[in-house]
Amino acid sequence: MQQTLAQKLLQRHTQEAIQSDGQIVQCRVSLVLANDITGPLAIKSFHGMGAAKVFDREKIALVMDHFTPQKDIDSANQVLISRNFAREQGLTHYYEGGNCGVEHTLLPEQGLVGPGDLVVGADSHTCTYGGIAAFATGMGSTDIAAAMALGETWLKVPPTIRVEFTGTLNAHVRAKDLMLMLIGKIGVDGALYKALEFGGSIIDNLGVEGRLTMANMAIEAGAKAGLFASDAQTKSYCAEHGRTQGFEEIRADDNANYEQVVRIDLTGQGPVVACPHLPGNVKPVQELGHLPVQQVVIGSCTNGRISDMRDAAGILRGRKVKNTVRCIILPSTPTVWKQCLQEGLMEIFMEAGCIVGPCTCGPCLGGHMGILADGERAVATTNRNFKGRMGSLSSEVYLASPVVAAASAVVGEVAGPEAL
Amino acid sequence: MIYKGKVHKVGEHIDTDAIIPARFLVTSDPEKLGKNCMAGIEPDWVQRVQKGDILVAGRNFGCGSSREHAPIAILGAGMPLVIGHSFARIFYRNAFNMGLPLLEIGDQVDQINDGDELEVDMDKGTIRDLTAGCAMQFPPMPASMTAILNKGGLVGYVKDRLSKER
Repeated sequence: MQQTLAQKLLQRHTQEAIQSDGQIVQCRVSLVLANDITGPLAIKSFHGMGAAKVFDREKIALVMDHFTPQKDIDSANQVLISRNFAREQGLTHYYEGGNCGVEHTLLPEQGLVGPGDLVVGADSHTCTYGGIAAFATGMGSTDIAAAMALGETWLKVPPTIRVEFTGTLNAHVRAKDLMLMLIGKIGVDGALYKALEFGGSIIDNLGVEGRLTMANMAIEAGAKAGLFASDAQTKSYCAEHGRTQGFEEIRADDNANYEQVVRIDLTGQGPVVACPHLPGNVKPVQELGHLPVQQVVIGSCTNGRISDMRDAAGILRGRKVKNTVRCIILPSTPTVWKQCLQEGLMEIFMEAGCIVGPCTCGPCLGGHMGILADGERAVATTNRNFKGRMGSLSSEVYLASPVVAAASAVVGEVAGPEAL
Repeated sequence: MIYKGKVHKVGEHIDTDAIIPARFLVTSDPEKLGKNCMAGIEPDWVQRVQKGDILVAGRNFGCGSSREHAPIAILGAGMPLVIGHSFARIFYRNAFNMGLPLLEIGDQVDQINDGDELEVDMDKGTIRDLTAGCAMQFPPMPASMTAILNKGGLVGYVKDRLSKER
C-alpha cells in the first residue's frame, strides 16, 4: 500500500499492519510530555490508576512553562506537585527555573524529539513536532497518565489532507502567514480528526523553524497532526541540536491516498492576520484600516524561536515602539534568549522601547505578564485569539507573524511593514 | 440509562477558553471549576444551571487547548451529558476519560432550542424533545467507550485493568 506520512509514522510504532485510515492501533510512544497546568492532573490520575512507576524515567518530560515564573500561590503549588513527582520517579527531563523554556520550542532544541518519533503530550500544541517529521499529538491529562504508566496509547489512523504551497513568496510573508492562510481557507474545523501533510516548492525551501511554526497551528484547524517530511534541512537542524543518532529521511509515498488536496499559490499574496475571535478569521493586513493597538506580544510556542526574534529585530532596528503600545518580547527558551543577547538583538529591542521578559507562555493564554484590559486590542504572534484568551472578555487579539507584530508596535495600529 | 433535563444551548466553535478560562486552571477540583463553567462566554453563565441539565452545542464544541479541566468543569457544574453537532478531537477523548458522555448528532441539533426539556435514552439511542415534541436518533455508543464510562472514566478503567493483571 502507498502510505501517507501519518500512516508511515504510526506504522513504526505499532505491531499491527496499518491497512486503512480509521483503523485503531495500539502504539508505543517515544516521549510523553506534560506541563505545569496539565502535569498535576496527570499525576493525580496516575496515582488514581494505582500506577507506581513511570514506564521509562528518561522518556517523560515535565516542563513548567505556562505560569512560570510562578505567578501566585496556587500555581506555585502546582509546580511543587510536579517537582515532587519528578524527584520520586527520578525523571531526567524536568524543567523549572533557569533551564525552562516554552515546551514546544524547548524539546526539539534539546534534541529530545526527532524524525520518526511518536510523541504524546498533555498540551494541544504538541503537534509542533510534526515540523521535524515526528507524529505528535495533544491529549488530556488522564490519557497522558495512562501513557506515562504503560508507555502505550491507542490512536486512530487519521485520514490526510495534503497541502501544497507553490508560487513565489513576498519578502514580508512568513511561515505564520502560510498557516493562517490555510486555516482561513479550510476553517477551524477544516481538518477535524485528520492529519495535515505539507508539501510543495515553498515548503521544500522553508527552514525547519518555519515548519515548526506551521505544524504548531495544525490544531487550530482541528487537526490531529501537522506533518512535514524530513529532509536535508531537518538533518542539519537535528545535528545542530544534538540529535545525531539514527536520522532518516521519511516522506510519504508517491500516489499515497489523500482525502483531499489543497493548493495555495502564494504569488502576489502579502502578510495576513487572524482577526477576533477565531484563528480562521483571516484577512490581508492591508485591508484592515486603522485599528489602534495597546499591546504587542512576540513569543510563544508558535513564534518565539531565534528566526522570529531576528524578524522582529529587523523591523525594530533604528525605530521606536509607539508610546501608546506595550511591546512585550518573550524569547521562548534560555538558548534563544542568550542568542538574542549575543547577536545584539536585545539592544535593538531595548533601544526601541520593548519590554523583554522571561521564557514563559504567560500572556498567550491570559496567564500573566501582559494581560489585556477591557476593550484593549493586541497583535500577538501566538496561536489563539478566542474571546478573552489574553485577558478581558471585551479585549481583542489579532494573530500575526513577528514581522507584522513588530510593525504594528511601531505604527501603533494593526499594520504590515508596508505601513512603516 | 435515561437522562432528563433542561437544555442550555451554546453556539459553534465554543473553545476550551470559553468553557473554563485559563486563569481558573490553578485547581483541578470539579466543584471549583464548575463554579466558573462557561465564564469565557459570560461571567455568571453557570448560574442558570440546575443539577441534571443538559448542554447542547453547535459545531466543533471544545476546540482549543487540551485542558481536561473543561469536561471536569461541565460535570462540576452539574451537567451529566453534552449533545453536539460535532466535537473537537482532544475534547472528545477527554470527555469520555472524565466520565462525561458526548452525543454527536449533526444537523439534528438545530431542532433543539434553549430551555427545552429533553429525555435521552442511552440504550435505545433516542433523544426526545418534550417541549418541541420531536425525536432524534444517535448511533449506539461504541463498546470501548461504554466500558470506560461504566468505570466512571479512564482512571477507574485502568485501575480495574491493572488490578486484574496483578
